[in-house]
Amino acid sequence: MAVFQGSPAGNLWKTGRTLIPPLLNEIPLMAITNNKLTNDQYSQNFSDIHPPFENKTAAQVDANRCLFCYDAPCTKSCPTSINIPKFIKQISSDNIKGSAHTIFISNIMGAGCSKVCPVEKLCEGACVYNLLEEEPIPIAKLQRYSTEQAMDNKWKLFDRKPSNGKKVAVVGAGPAGLSCAHVLSREGIDVTIFEKEPKGGGLMTYGIAAYKVTPEFCEDEVNYITSIGGIEIKYNHALGKEITLDQLQKSYDAVYLGIGVGVARQLDIPGEEMEGVVDAIGFIYNLRANGYPSVPVGDKVAVIGMGMTAIDAATQAKRLGAKEVTLVYRRTEAEKPCTDVELDIAKLDGCEIIWLAAPKEVKGNGNKVTQLVCSKMKLGEPDASGRRSPVDTGETFALDVDMVIKAAGQVPFQELVDQYQINNKNGRITIDNNATSIKGVYAGGDCVNGGKEVVDAVQAGKDGAAAILKYLFP
Amino acid sequence: MADISANFLGIKSPNPFWLASAPPTDKKYNVLRAFEAGWGGVVWKTLGSQVKNVSSRYSAVDFNGGRVMGFNNIELISDRPLDINLKEIAECVRLFPDRAMIVSLMADNDKESWHELIKKVEDTGAHGFELNFGCPHGMTERGMGAAVGQDPLIAKMVVEWVMEAATIPVITKLTPNVHSVVPTGQACVEAGTNALSLINTIQSVTGIDLDSFVPNPNVGGKSAFGGYCGPAVKPIALKMLTTIAQNPITSKVPISGIGGISTWRDAVEFMLLGSTTVQVCTAAMKHGFRIVEDMNEGLNNWMDEKGFRTINDFIGKSVNTLTNWEDLDINYHIIAKINQDKCIHCGLCYIACEDTSHQSINLAYGKPYNTYSVKEEECVGCNLCKLVCPVENCITMEVHRKGEEYLNWKEFQRRGLPLNDH
Repeated sequence: MAVFQGSPAGNLWKTGRTLIPPLLNEIPLMAITNNKLTNDQYSQNFSDIHPPFENKTAAQVDANRCLFCYDAPCTKSCPTSINIPKFIKQISSDNIKGSAHTIFISNIMGAGCSKVCPVEKLCEGACVYNLLEEEPIPIAKLQRYSTEQAMDNKWKLFDRKPSNGKKVAVVGAGPAGLSCAHVLSREGIDVTIFEKEPKGGGLMTYGIAAYKVTPEFCEDEVNYITSIGGIEIKYNHALGKEITLDQLQKSYDAVYLGIGVGVARQLDIPGEEMEGVVDAIGFIYNLRANGYPSVPVGDKVAVIGMGMTAIDAATQAKRLGAKEVTLVYRRTEAEKPCTDVELDIAKLDGCEIIWLAAPKEVKGNGNKVTQLVCSKMKLGEPDASGRRSPVDTGETFALDVDMVIKAAGQVPFQELVDQYQINNKNGRITIDNNATSIKGVYAGGDCVNGGKEVVDAVQAGKDGAAAILKYLFP
Repeated sequence: MADISANFLGIKSPNPFWLASAPPTDKKYNVLRAFEAGWGGVVWKTLGSQVKNVSSRYSAVDFNGGRVMGFNNIELISDRPLDINLKEIAECVRLFPDRAMIVSLMADNDKESWHELIKKVEDTGAHGFELNFGCPHGMTERGMGAAVGQDPLIAKMVVEWVMEAATIPVITKLTPNVHSVVPTGQACVEAGTNALSLINTIQSVTGIDLDSFVPNPNVGGKSAFGGYCGPAVKPIALKMLTTIAQNPITSKVPISGIGGISTWRDAVEFMLLGSTTVQVCTAAMKHGFRIVEDMNEGLNNWMDEKGFRTINDFIGKSVNTLTNWEDLDINYHIIAKINQDKCIHCGLCYIACEDTSHQSINLAYGKPYNTYSVKEEECVGCNLCKLVCPVENCITMEVHRKGEEYLNWKEFQRRGLPLNDH
């Protein structure tokens, strides 16, 4: 096995394996190419970053460490308010079905969330053991322990009430839509989900690093959620194309929009249209939808942004065989949107980080990217979000790159919501108690909040379902 | 450096830690390993009546992931040929002359059997006997073990037989499977036993397999009541020990304490309640003989810290601090105090007090961390919050006396002070 150059030795303990780079003689000079690695190398680089418990005893050792807090800080820090002490206690008593039910009743995507949640800033970050300067309870790992068994064994943990004749259309089979659909189905409502992609799961399936969740897992999760019955998913049905809002309003008693966010935010700099400038969601989507060997990646890659998606794009580029990956961020580490844990993953993968740098221009040879010119920034006054705004110092520097991945956030489907005259703010749908400005049409998730965590979208789906139930059964 | 050696009826051992009569002491191989590891003495596994064992024999109770909080066995007394046992005992005595060698006995229920057994064992050079009046299974059905210990008259008779023949010290081991250990203890002392040891194991069912529906340990689809021991029984043993240490007749003889002792701390507690030596089994069966290293070192360090030169300086020191409830001071009052700097906001004190005690803890909501404080006027000083708090010294109980003078229940009643007034 080749030894990865430039990767800190710490990589091994963190991810449990060594990142495999391409052999030098296999790489053509500075080119965006696919198939840089062998199948074994791909499968090692994209294997599970947070491995599960090996056995019951291991899970119980950690479960028994849980103090079973009252009004627990972990639960209060979970957007879906999973009763964490209870589900952990149920692992201790070897009531895994009960444990899985406790998780799913609050978060039907509890299995996926156990793999993708930034728990260090949510439940695990609030664990009281942190206050003792002790390792927090590995809540995500325990949650995975229970939910994985439920999915593997196809435990039927929910019975839906008999059909009450009401029909609801949900647009988008992402976390918000699936969560909303599951609550409604439990209450006896027949739900039809319209999904523009050929698979469900939304960004869970298409937008998250492959070492966190696999495409197979995402598909299993969607199937497990819909196994309750009463939920039909119509794939390849995009709102505004195959279906219209008017049709849905006519055929259904209520509509829930969980349409997420769409295209990547533009950098609006010269050279952005060049070959070799891609957006992060598209890049990850490609990887997830088409398989690792088919995705072209540069040798020297710059990633713009420092959110979770930026980290995912950078690490995935590295793991696809890029020799150098550099994350470029306008502000400093203190303002970064990703968590420390995520940043560490990128560092351990050998990604370089340049703080206080804003992309200014992409330069190229013909239509091929050769350089990213950046402005050096400094921090100025706090902006609306309370973070100090970056200010251009006037100095610049250039990075030699052959690929630029844009991960500076995503833009809502403004045209679509304007087309249906749904009240919105810069494309983000405005809601009042989960209801949009159109009667009988509800919305939630990224299309409302502009893009947050999966777990936030799941909660939005629950809230939307509750509002719809109130509307249908006043 | 303190002197941790023990002198029990003239039987000397370099430390007060003996291995109890049980599987760890049933042959030379184990006993030599124990002595090499540093144990002060052993009580050789009971010799006597002829037996045949079954399989399986042990079961355990686990607690919150910890294994063997309680332990149970249905094994019988030694099932090895007597002459081999005697030969091995003599060899052990010869190889480790500075260690205590006590031999546990349980002869058939007639004087001749006892006399014959005593004679044979004394020839090995052993230093003392321990009479097994406690084994709660297998032997009881044949009128031996606990069947003797449960009836003071029978126990007295057997001790008298033994004392007629024995020329070395005799310890009588008491069964806890009685309402009180005192009647049998008294009868044995009156019959002349030189010392007492307690407790033997407690009859128990450790659990039932939820798939096979058969209790543990499973012997071909059936089980039987076994003898319970291990850390779980320690509080019961300490209580029984106290009653023996406080009784005017039984307190005249030295005591060897037994029951869930796993560490030097446990041992010190037994000694504070009157044990001169202590006997260990379950902890050794769980971890091996090496546990004695920390027992020796821990006892030594503790004695140095407290300024005790020999173990006699503290043996029995706590016996008189256990009194009757009616002699307790009603004016003594404590109130819980939560150290906010140490609190980790787990809420365990709050929910315990709120659901099951006196609603004396206030919850101020916070996200994610609530703040908990004591309602001093409501707190009855029960200790519950302090007991459930996971942080050391976070909750302390502060003394707020109700009155200056000592006031016990008898005096309280005599003065006609108000009752049921909380």
